[in-house]
Amino acid sequence: MSIVVDVSKVSKHYDSREVVHELSLQVRAGQCFGLLGPNGAGKSTSLRMIYGVTAPSSGCVHVFGLDVASESRAVRARLGVTLQDNVMIDALSPVENLRVFGRYYLLREPLLSQRIAQLVDYLELGSHADIPVIALSGGFKRRLAIAMSLINEPELLILDEPTTGLDPAVRLSLWTKVRELKANGKTVLLTTHYMDEAERLCDYVVIMSQGGAVCQGSPKQLIAERVGKDAFEVDCTAAEEHQLLDGFGSLGKLRAGARLLVYGADVSPLVQRLHQLDPLRPFVMRPANLEDVFLAQTGTRLEAGA
Amino acid sequence: MNKRISLPHALSVTHRNATMYRRTWMLSILPNFFEPVFYLWSIGLGVGAYVSKMRGVSYVEFLVPGLICVSAMNGASFEVTYNVYVRMHYEKMYAAMLTTPVEPDDILIGELLWALIRACMYGGIFVLVALGLGLASPLQALRVLPVIPLSGLLFSALGLAFTLRVGSIDLFSYYFTLFLTPLFLFSDVFFPIEERLSGVWLTVAEALPLLHPVRLARFAFHGGGSAGQSLGMLAWDAAYVLGMSLGLLWWAHRIIRTRLLS
Repeated sequence: MSIVVDVSKVSKHYDSREVVHELSLQVRAGQCFGLLGPNGAGKSTSLRMIYGVTAPSSGCVHVFGLDVASESRAVRARLGVTLQDNVMIDALSPVENLRVFGRYYLLREPLLSQRIAQLVDYLELGSHADIPVIALSGGFKRRLAIAMSLINEPELLILDEPTTGLDPAVRLSLWTKVRELKANGKTVLLTTHYMDEAERLCDYVVIMSQGGAVCQGSPKQLIAERVGKDAFEVDCTAAEEHQLLDGFGSLGKLRAGARLLVYGADVSPLVQRLHQLDPLRPFVMRPANLEDVFLAQTGTRLEAGA
Repeated sequence: MNKRISLPHALSVTHRNATMYRRTWMLSILPNFFEPVFYLWSIGLGVGAYVSKMRGVSYVEFLVPGLICVSAMNGASFEVTYNVYVRMHYEKMYAAMLTTPVEPDDILIGELLWALIRACMYGGIFVLVALGLGLASPLQALRVLPVIPLSGLLFSALGLAFTLRVGSIDLFSYYFTLFLTPLFLFSDVFFPIEERLSGVWLTVAEALPLLHPVRLARFAFHGGGSAGQSLGMLAWDAAYVLGMSLGLLWWAHRIIRTRLLS
């Protein structure tokens, strides 16, 4: 598979503050690639360096094999970006906004109208296609923002926090759209701080913290390698923890305040142990997820072994 | 510089503003258009009733050429100050444009063209009003037309440079109150400055931007005779407008990448 985005040892600092530190990643054609991390991890800055509006302080970025620093116009003609904020003209309708946006790509009639009709249909904008954007709901605006970034039929679609602030039903429908786009051969690069979103959508993720990549791989692979299959959660004191985990030295554990999280291939023996110690203590047993990987890698320190 | 500017992309930016403007023109045309008309009415006809002649013409006729330039100045200035600032910092419109093949210099040129269009609209409407009121002959109107884009160019360049430099929208009140208003009052619009100012102040006045388009407009209206304008002075006025505009635009071109690309 060919490489669409190639980021090589890229750093960015503003004065003395480093926001991205020696980030390297490669996005392959047809992949849905996730850049994960909390707010302030450097995700958006990394995206901006990829589509060429922020110049790296060091390192280089190639997209479609072109150097973004010198060929930004050519690169941006072939990709689409949905920004974190919905940037559109409130006084104009969705169709008019699409028309204005299409002109930035020098699309002309009749092609422009054809594309707009397709996108209105595809993102289900038809019901409110001709009323001013200011009257639309958040979910509708988000779909319009994605439609705008598809107007040039991009090979690479970049989504910056696509579902932040949206209700669950809207998130689900947007995820379906992203999966469809991928199925139609688009390469998708997205940022998110929702680990469930990344797990559902992405073939490959990079987890970022404080400007650097802490780990990367497919969500399944990361979960299996970094935390194990299952997770067990219970509130307990340090003394109780000692009793609970006695003899389970091979399990990974993590503490977040009073909450103890234990990871491993099989945590069911812990349920029995807890039942012996305190039959009424509530607990949770569930499959491990990217949230756990993230916590393990960034938030709280993972201590393998006891 | 040439490599970075693409006229079709710049025109897409201009087109965006025009699309937007078709929706809101009723709101924005009022202040720009009516203000000089009110001045003409109040000062031209009101104050003018107590003035017998100024440079050989009635006072209201004296006012017309200068106010045409003021009209173009206002049309351009509002566009490149408040509107550009809002598009840049509040609406994040440039951030969205920069995800497309539009480059910062295209935005600069696109906004400049749009401001010129606005300046020409307001200056042009003013000329039509003057024609309708019998304050300009068709020949005078025709001769003054080229001065309108010149005035627009100068104040677009000034406003763009200022807007790219300022860090807060509150500072535009300084631009309007402490810069444009004194220009309006001391640039040969309301009285012949060479009769009221002397020595060093006349030299200082030569630095004021509005003076130059106003003198060119006066020449277009009344020829050189009455104002004592020489061809040398007209050349200086035209050189000032073009030189200052190009210099400021060059500077804006130098800083716009760092202002728009973080």
